[in-house]
Amino acid sequence: MATVTSKNAYGRSGGDGAPVYADGTPKTLADAPLVRGNLSFHDVTEMVSVHTEKKTPLGWWIAFGAALTGLAIFAVAVAYQVWNGPGVWGLTNPVFWGWAIVNFVWWVGIGHAGTLISAVLFLFRQRWRTSINRAAEAMTLFAVACALTFPTFHVGRVWVIYYTLPIPNQMAMWPQFKSPLLWDVFAVSIYGTVSLLFWYVGLIPDLATIRDRAARAGKMVRARILGFFSLGWTGSNRSWRHYERAYLLLAGLATPLVLSVHSVVSFDFAVSIVPGWHTTIFPPYFVAGAIFSGFAMVVTLMVVARSVFDIKNLITIDHLEKMNIIILVTGTVVGFAYITEFFIAWYSQVEYEQFAFANRAFGPYAWAYWTMMACNLIFPQVFWVKKFRRSIPIMFAISITTNIGMWFERFVITVTSLHRDFLPSSWDYYSPTIWDILMYVGTFGLFFTLFLLFLRFVPMVAIAEVKGVMPQADPHFYHHAGDGHADAHELAPYQVDANAQGAATAAPDSDADGVPDDVAHDRDPS
Amino acid sequence: MRLPIPNAIAARLEERSNQHVGLLAEFPDPGALYDAVKGLRERGYTRLDTFSPFPIHGMDRAMGLPVSKIGYLVFFGGITGAFLGWLLQWWTSEVDYPINISNKPLYAFEASVPIIFELTILFSALTAVGAMLALNGLPRPYDPLFYSDRFGRATDDGFFLHVAAADGTFAQDRTTDDLLGLGATAVEYVDHDGATLVGGADLAAPAPNADRAPVPVTPPHTTGDL
Repeated sequence: MATVTSKNAYGRSGGDGAPVYADGTPKTLADAPLVRGNLSFHDVTEMVSVHTEKKTPLGWWIAFGAALTGLAIFAVAVAYQVWNGPGVWGLTNPVFWGWAIVNFVWWVGIGHAGTLISAVLFLFRQRWRTSINRAAEAMTLFAVACALTFPTFHVGRVWVIYYTLPIPNQMAMWPQFKSPLLWDVFAVSIYGTVSLLFWYVGLIPDLATIRDRAARAGKMVRARILGFFSLGWTGSNRSWRHYERAYLLLAGLATPLVLSVHSVVSFDFAVSIVPGWHTTIFPPYFVAGAIFSGFAMVVTLMVVARSVFDIKNLITIDHLEKMNIIILVTGTVVGFAYITEFFIAWYSQVEYEQFAFANRAFGPYAWAYWTMMACNLIFPQVFWVKKFRRSIPIMFAISITTNIGMWFERFVITVTSLHRDFLPSSWDYYSPTIWDILMYVGTFGLFFTLFLLFLRFVPMVAIAEVKGVMPQADPHFYHHAGDGHADAHELAPYQVDANAQGAATAAPDSDADGVPDDVAHDRDPS
Repeated sequence: MRLPIPNAIAARLEERSNQHVGLLAEFPDPGALYDAVKGLRERGYTRLDTFSPFPIHGMDRAMGLPVSKIGYLVFFGGITGAFLGWLLQWWTSEVDYPINISNKPLYAFEASVPIIFELTILFSALTAVGAMLALNGLPRPYDPLFYSDRFGRATDDGFFLHVAAADGTFAQDRTTDDLLGLGATAVEYVDHDGATLVGGADLAAPAPNADRAPVPVTPPHTTGDL
């Protein structure tokens, strides 16, 4: 019969547990604690909720002011474009898909990491996702909103955008259901809807948390508003039962959805007969690229947010390292796809394909092509080194270059294939105008306006989910303090579960009774 | 004005509105709560519910709750979405506005797969969320539990067990003793008039928000008098 304390419950002090370094650091990333700092449940509530409750900091106002400026630029760019038509952009024969589609695909791709973190990692029981999924899902929603603005205004007559929807109209006509562009309308709008549902369902318990805190603090207006949005959630186990099942199903539904969305986006290109676009590799290659750029954006945002909001114990360096591993893997997958495209162009012996790819690497847009190769394939390779994976400045730099590289990927695909048309007399060199640039810059304003509002008003970390992965969330954790019945077979699940928490620093235990302080204050070990 | 409601439904609604009338006990941690549920079930209580800031692993089994039926509902939601996705595309191109292009088939299943798929997902997801809310009886702005001041911690770090007064084994004094015997730190009787402490620790016990002045208030998300 073994006595369990948080020091040895996860096999940390020799015996049959996971090996540890002399200084107590866990040996593998999988053993790393999900929450650091020996926090109690209330500490987690406090750390996250306080940012929605405190007085708005000056820094937030400054950032929000900058974001609103960007939003104003967006409004001007869109108004000018709507008034004058898409001719204000740099589009001309033969390049009629320029920055608009590049930016659309880029933003949609960024959004995909949020769904990947919330749904795919959930299905794979990657419990480290709990610290980052809320912010990543918010990023998805806002990125999809930014993405949708480009095709919306690219149609030229935005006031009849409803033609893309199957709404009975005076012409008795229906949308062209055989077109990938229409599939896009369905895929992206449904993706946005399902992401919103998933995000909101995840939010309900946390909104109830800040509702109850507002009620305790006597802020009745705030409590009523939050009471409306938290739907009267009580945390009843009879509710959790349906809630968890619904959440699992939503994760199961969102997973094929996210794969289908970027596949459909790639069909916009792949279903055409343009050399360089007409390839079957596009769906998986686009999905990998989407995950790649999305994780980079999550790293960019989280590196800043965890430091500004002082939640480094919830979003630990281990979380960032895991994301950097995914960036390394997907970046290499994308780089492999670039090389495969070249091989297939040669192997197909189709001269148009061969020309398209030679032109990509050595033609007028070679600068864009090699920017893409450097940012997407070469730079992420530094993450083979553990020290670099855990270095904040390096990961921040790589996350930025990754998103630059992924923007250039879409630019290269779109523009290089179009600017050399089948007839050399049509050949041209495409450049954006100021209105292309302003609208793109403006979407950053839209994105950061929404993201800053999210950080200010909504718990940015999934409080309930983080509590659920803390070791003391498991009822069996308490057996040593209750009846001392914990023995080998009860301990086994902790010791084999790679996600189980091994507190990196031993839990403080001032009275040396084997019960950590944060447990002792909850329960008397007698 | 009262709507004419059949007696059976009225009784069901009455039962539902009184679902959370009874004894509310606070426990110090998930382990104690888990053991208490087992203890109460051994004593014959059935109308139990627990409240915790996160789902407690194994609690469904301890409470004897079956797996949620949402999966079956979502299956039918998905089938509906797939059928509607197919119907939309087939009917518009084959029946309502057929366009002959090079004598190709008016409708091709292959090209309609993406939209059928997307609509399957959309209807499944809407069903999952709608079914979750419906089965949980949400939104539910009024709940007698909100009268309890300490119950606010159920979404922070409090662990609560509720025994409904409608339970066949329920007797207020004996049930209170049972709850205290199983390790409850405080027991309150909650009904539509409010919450009263009937055993265990006093409300003055240090709450985690002690640094913030405790404001005795009427819970905000209630409709007040019934």
